[in-house]
Amino acid sequence: MSLPRLTTHEMAARLAADIPDGAYVNLGIGMPVIVANHVPAGRQVIYHSENGILGVGRSPEPGEDHDPDLINAAKDPVTLIAGGCYFDTAESFAMMRGGHLDLAVLGAFQVSATGDLANWATYDATYPPAVGGAMDLAVGAKTVYVLMRHTTKDGTAKLVETCDLPLTGAACVSRVYTDLGVFEIDRDNAAAKVIERFDGVSANALQAVTGLTLVE
Amino acid sequence: MIDKFWPDMGAAVADMPDGASVMIGGFGNSGIPLALIDAVCAAGPRHLTVISNNTGSGETGVSALLRQGLVDKVVCSYPRSRGSVWFERLYQQNAIELELVPQGTLAERMRAAGAGLGGFFTPTGYGTALADGKETRMIDGRGHVLEGPLAADYALLSAYKADPWGNLVYSTAARNFNPVMATAASCAVVEVGERVALGELNPEAVASPGIFIDRVVVREQP
Repeated sequence: MSLPRLTTHEMAARLAADIPDGAYVNLGIGMPVIVANHVPAGRQVIYHSENGILGVGRSPEPGEDHDPDLINAAKDPVTLIAGGCYFDTAESFAMMRGGHLDLAVLGAFQVSATGDLANWATYDATYPPAVGGAMDLAVGAKTVYVLMRHTTKDGTAKLVETCDLPLTGAACVSRVYTDLGVFEIDRDNAAAKVIERFDGVSANALQAVTGLTLVE
Repeated sequence: MIDKFWPDMGAAVADMPDGASVMIGGFGNSGIPLALIDAVCAAGPRHLTVISNNTGSGETGVSALLRQGLVDKVVCSYPRSRGSVWFERLYQQNAIELELVPQGTLAERMRAAGAGLGGFFTPTGYGTALADGKETRMIDGRGHVLEGPLAADYALLSAYKADPWGNLVYSTAARNFNPVMATAASCAVVEVGERVALGELNPEAVASPGIFIDRVVVREQP
């Protein structure tokens, strides 16, 4: 039976709803960069991009006049909000590694019960590994949320007891947002607590596609 | 009279020898010195080590150097960008060496080289495969990895405007790796959109002071 799953934009909007007013937030490559399009009304969130931007705005409209150098971490065109600024990579990573960001939102291949994150290398030797800024964010952001699909394309669970892929960082993830629900990682007790199951997703169906025992 | 401007891209990179280490500024296609890279392709030095955040996409930029077989080794953080087909091809054929470095560590190793430091301890990568074989130390109860300085023979850079002393300003997100690479290379060569007179740049806005810049060439307008 196929589960009702959130679309990418619905996932991004669900995560954005939990970002507090006034937060400095880095968005990783892949699905996370889409979160910048979903700032909840009435809140001011300052998005950081590793290539040297604070104050990343929405994507430009088709046909809108746009500077091709103004891109985000995923190399997609973006805009700058009023009050935004630019800086070089060394200063950008000082912000990331130095504990200045309130939140990093990262994609993942796997997240473990203890909050370990794997998102840079696979075991496919023909596929080059790529780390970018993920390891800096894993150690440097005050809080790390993961935004990922609940399973791989072939249905394999990505929320697992222990990561078998190479780690990006140990015990760094505190929440996971997927297309099926929202999960709090209790790193000290190695447990994933279900904060929310989306409409039409039963506890049993969710557990069946999860690689660790969920706490409802 | 100090004037660091050179007449053309080819002249500015003509002395690059085989085996040179070359930093290339840019993040994706933002702030990347495409014209200088084309000039290196035309000159054709071989066995280069390229140090850059990415490995190019399509047929331009770093991809052009890879396609021409001029590069033995790449030092980068993210060689998996969309359309990075030439790197993937060489990697699959085992025809290129890859040193993968977390992006912040890559920039900071350059900063260390440019700032005369012997290295630094970073928590980034501690306990991961990218710290294998490296010296570690517990600092304030947290694991750190010792990383060394990273210098290069050349840096190929891109900026918005330069004055005759090589003071540079950048445009939007095109700054990225360019300023830190300028500090870490023996010969920093920069292509710019415009030459301006001394005194015309706002001193507060200069992001690369000219002391770090050796050669400047104006990009031809398309």
